[in-house]
Amino acid sequence: MVIDSISNGIVIDHITSGKSMVLYRYLNLEKLTCSVAIIKNAPSSKNGKKDIIKIDELIDINVDMLGYLDPGVSVNIIKDGVIVNKFQPELPERLIGVIKCKNPRCISQEEQELTHIFKLTDREKRIYRCIYCEAGSSAVN
Amino acid sequence: MRSIIDILDLSVEEIDSLINTACDIIENPDKYCDKCKRKKLATLFFEPSTRTRLSFEAAMYELGGNVIGFSAANNSSAAKGESVSDTVKTVSCYADIIAMRHPKEGAPMVASMAASVPVINAGDGGHNHPTQTLADLLTIYREKGSFNNLTVGLCGDLKFGRTVHSLINALSRYSGINFILISPDELKLPDYVTNNVLKKYNIPYEETTDLLEAMPKLDILYMTRVQRERFFNEQDYIRLKDSYILTPDKLDTAKQDLCIMHPLPRVNEISVAVDNDKRACYFKQVKNGKYMRMALILMLLGVE
Ligand SMILES: [Zn+2]
Repeated sequence: MVIDSISNGIVIDHITSGKSMVLYRYLNLEKLTCSVAIIKNAPSSKNGKKDIIKIDELIDINVDMLGYLDPGVSVNIIKDGVIVNKFQPELPERLIGVIKCKNPRCISQEEQELTHIFKLTDREKRIYRCIYCEAGSSAVN
Repeated sequence: MRSIIDILDLSVEEIDSLINTACDIIENPDKYCDKCKRKKLATLFFEPSTRTRLSFEAAMYELGGNVIGFSAANNSSAAKGESVSDTVKTVSCYADIIAMRHPKEGAPMVASMAASVPVINAGDGGHNHPTQTLADLLTIYREKGSFNNLTVGLCGDLKFGRTVHSLINALSRYSGINFILISPDELKLPDYVTNNVLKKYNIPYEETTDLLEAMPKLDILYMTRVQRERFFNEQDYIRLKDSYILTPDKLDTAKQDLCIMHPLPRVNEISVAVDNDKRACYFKQVKNGKYMRMALILMLLGVE
């Protein structure tokens, strides 16, 4: 399988195998008009298999969202055919509108228009808590 | 804008300062009777809680201020579908400070994000009730002289008892506190409190189901109600509800300077016969609650 190399764009590499469609959805990539390639089950030296997303345009991606959904990924920013920046997103301190509080007693369940906000309370265990009711949600979907 | 949603929103120093103010109010009430002249407290009680509302209102009146507000959702804007944010934005136009009670957890936090005046959480479901904890702290301070080196027994429903959780949070910041957690197995302190507070800060604690065994060791005995709605079936409730009732005979082995506390209202977990015991402090707690609310209102309004 051959995918044209990108001259200006973003490559999200080392996506946990099978998670590329989740990232595609959460990052709103379906709204893009440029070409987006999703490579599933590519061979990986680390984990056997990985997914890769290639975006043929330098868009603003939600790094927090990426860090939350799949913290093992690496992001390559490519300009004029060269990788100008490569980083691994960290678990974000706050998740704004990414996940929803499931506590039925939480005010966010009653007021539909309230933005669901979570803060990271335990980086090691990847635990986020709703800022309103403090109900926990571990960062595994 | 400073709001108080959780007892941990206050630093140890701030709690000390609130206690100092409260003690000064007790000594010199006249000095404070005009401090909040022309200021208005709005009590927004989306669910009824007469005693908490009266305490806030009495606190504001004793500071020379005025009170506006509503109680229970059925006759307020919330019943018409208005959001908490819109309600407090409106109320912010009239009031200088808000005390809010709401059945949903986190509602006062939402309010504090929208309000342009300070918001005090007056209880949000089973979540937080910081002014109750302030009342508890002032009571312990006045009875014991400090928060250091105390054996604190917490008895009853430690699983759902929010007052117990915040008291543990607040007391764990002082040195030499140790806890004896007395409850049926079904209502033990949740792991997140044991792990995130007691174990994390190396606070000595022991768990027991036996109130009598713990009694002689205690400096403080904090009783809570075992509520019917916490049980899946009636038999469990009936079997357990009487196991943790405090009666005068159970106090035989207690220290002479034990301080018996309860957040009130009680049903039958402390027998009325205990009320005459000089160690019963639960009605003092009610009074202390008013003084701490006065001190908190002064602090949040920035009144010297
Ligand atoms: Zn929540």
